[in-house]
Amino acid sequence: MENKKKISIVLFSGDFDKAIAAFTIASGAAAVNYEVNLFFTFWGLNVIKKYKTRNAIGEGFLAKVFNFLMGGLKNLPLSRLNFAGASPKLMTNLMKKRNVATLKELIDASILLNVNFYACEMSINILGLKKDDFIPQVKEILGVAKFLNLAENGEVLFI
Amino acid sequence: MKTVKLDITKEHCPMTFVKTKLELEKLSKGDILEVILKEGEPLENVPKTVTEQGNKVIEIKNLHDDIHLVVIEKG
Repeated sequence: MENKKKISIVLFSGDFDKAIAAFTIASGAAAVNYEVNLFFTFWGLNVIKKYKTRNAIGEGFLAKVFNFLMGGLKNLPLSRLNFAGASPKLMTNLMKKRNVATLKELIDASILLNVNFYACEMSINILGLKKDDFIPQVKEILGVAKFLNLAENGEVLFI
Repeated sequence: MKTVKLDITKEHCPMTFVKTKLELEKLSKGDILEVILKEGEPLENVPKTVTEQGNKVIEIKNLHDDIHLVVIEKG
């Protein structure tokens, strides 16, 4: 297992389409036996919040407002042509119709294939959140040093 | 030894090999997985990736048109 191929993906973006890209690569790589690390930071944290819709979570008034505005998995915007949130829904319908895996299916597959989920300590701190505000699959909250450690000798992608 | 069938003709990348991998994980060594898939990306990648992971492709045959059957023995 020592020389297993490895890919580490930083998901900085909270855009619906970019999350699809990240989870497509993550699940695909895991399916061909890569060790996969997903590191969620800043907007990317929206994808792994326990509450999937807008919720005023976090410590302090500003954090609550910010987290409410950021939302969760169910209201990720499309990076272009979002049309006030209508596009991600239309896109999901199109994907179902064309039998392409939806974001939810890709996340579920990634979980089943033991992709490692990590969250960024610094951005969680800014947003006044704690580990409990995220889905239980998040293994650890960590910083750059630990991320570099995990990513060592593997491919790294920043999305 | 058991034999399981998996139809991924309607799937696209990456779900073609994701579903194959997940199905293989449920089986024990020596069990057979019969995958029905389409020409192109699935036919190129599924046999290759399962072999890389220590399984054995016993047979690949054309069923009709662009539909193929890949018989895999779990390693």
